[in-house]
Amino acid sequence: MSKVDLSVDLVGVKLKNPVVVASGTFGFGREYGQFYNLNELGGICCKGLTLHRREGNPPPRIAETPMGILNSVGLQNPGVDAFIQHELPELKKHDLAIIANISGNTPEEYGIMCEKLSAAGVDMIEVNISCPNVKAGGLAYGTKPELAAEVTKMAKSHSTVPVMVKLSPNVTDITEIARAVADAGADALSLINTLRGMRIDINTRRPILKMNTGGLSGPAVLPVAVRMVWEVACAVDLPILGMGGVAKGEDAAQLMLAGASAVAVGTACFADPYAPIKVRDGLSAIAAAQGLDKVSGLTGSVLPW
Amino acid sequence: MPIEQICTIAEAVKLNAYAYSFTLEVGDMVTRHGLMAGQFLHIACGEGLLLRRPISVCMVQQEEPHDTARIVFEVRGEGTQWLAERQVGDKVNVLGPLGNGFAVAPNDRLLLVGGGIGVPPLLGQAAFTAKNATAVLGFRSADRAMLEEDYQDYCEAVYLCSDDGSLGRHGFVDAQLKDILEQDKNFTAVLACGPKPMLKNVAKVAARYGVPCQVSLEERMACGVGACLGCAVQMADGTMKHVCKDGPVFDAKEVDWNV
Repeated sequence: MSKVDLSVDLVGVKLKNPVVVASGTFGFGREYGQFYNLNELGGICCKGLTLHRREGNPPPRIAETPMGILNSVGLQNPGVDAFIQHELPELKKHDLAIIANISGNTPEEYGIMCEKLSAAGVDMIEVNISCPNVKAGGLAYGTKPELAAEVTKMAKSHSTVPVMVKLSPNVTDITEIARAVADAGADALSLINTLRGMRIDINTRRPILKMNTGGLSGPAVLPVAVRMVWEVACAVDLPILGMGGVAKGEDAAQLMLAGASAVAVGTACFADPYAPIKVRDGLSAIAAAQGLDKVSGLTGSVLPW
Repeated sequence: MPIEQICTIAEAVKLNAYAYSFTLEVGDMVTRHGLMAGQFLHIACGEGLLLRRPISVCMVQQEEPHDTARIVFEVRGEGTQWLAERQVGDKVNVLGPLGNGFAVAPNDRLLLVGGGIGVPPLLGQAAFTAKNATAVLGFRSADRAMLEEDYQDYCEAVYLCSDDGSLGRHGFVDAQLKDILEQDKNFTAVLACGPKPMLKNVAKVAARYGVPCQVSLEERMACGVGACLGCAVQMADGTMKHVCKDGPVFDAKEVDWNV
């Protein structure tokens, strides 16, 4: 193997390698932990948590699309307290960065969850702003700069660990949201969340998903992710966790060149549980072939025309 | 614990115009990892498709040098079409064992009710309770029938039904089930696999005659291991369970049949 230094720093959180698994694709690590030791990973973004347990959306929740999948799981999760009690102690037995992902109906809910999770000792909090704001009539926090900023401020003021805000790609100008969130005090950004999509059964004339529409992920979204990471990296001076369609080392390298400090692997795990490890090894081989001592040397070094 | 296994196809038989039976060499998945009929294998179907296809295990055998598992599947789309085109000697990438099969004991007296592609997963249960089970097998029409002879080998009695009357009794399996239970309720359990409306009716009949009923469910699935929460099933108590991790077999009483 090469002697490339794979470690990266994400706002003071040291990752032993830049490969994290993406929220919603890896549960709390138990399932894929049957296939390999979670210590292989740089970190885990846990399944999205809400203040109270949620059962999620009715099925079907999954529809396969060309090089992608649509999902409408609907934030099914055991709630933040059950996570702290039952899942976090298991994860802490491993050596990897634990990043809790949270969604709230109100800014206050974000604040309460940040307090609980900071006290419980997660390494970082990833704030999902793609969920609807009940008070604002269901408008997603992630699509309005002022709402995104409000949630960010609330999360920051209730956290003692770094706060990373996860941006939605379902906006006209992602840099506008990125700037608002950066100005509100975010420590890092993660992007992209899923792209809204739809698939219809032409015979029944029914959408495949019971919720009609869902979030698109998988290799189909990689070029969108690369473009948005690049745009955001140019617009704000915050570390970025890049994600969207990463299935191999080259995909991860593209996101890092575009400006990401670390990358998350998500949907690729469904096809291949070992995908995160293969991405890590692929990235290492690419860095070695390019004569880099440190994989972090890739970050932001794209040479745009 | 599930593993990833590259499996060689040892036997490939076309059962009818739609269904294929493959015997896979699954390494030590039966001996060491406890693979049983009624669980499923998550099979990668070509490079162009992102998701694996979950296929129920019909029979397993501990063998040297490789354990074997028999799977039966119908061509439903691109993935199963790709799989159907594989030949003896080809290799497929498989995750397994996955899911929980039926809860049965060797001396159980089982009443097996299968519909269409729900027929194969029950065969292993018939074999396990050698010559003690009764099977009710339903098909849309005679040209879709499969595994009747295998069931004859392993069961005390086999009843065939078809939706169009071209094979056996004209009608649905729940009508046959009702007639059997009307004569004899002395079964340990009804085990059923098939389309959800069929399962709903079977569960209703079993409940009426006071016989415990286990059903094997299907849902659109992604990871197959319980991580993505895609393959949700609504339970009678308002919670969600998942076909891949909690199922595919559920106690019929737990399932919300009214959604």
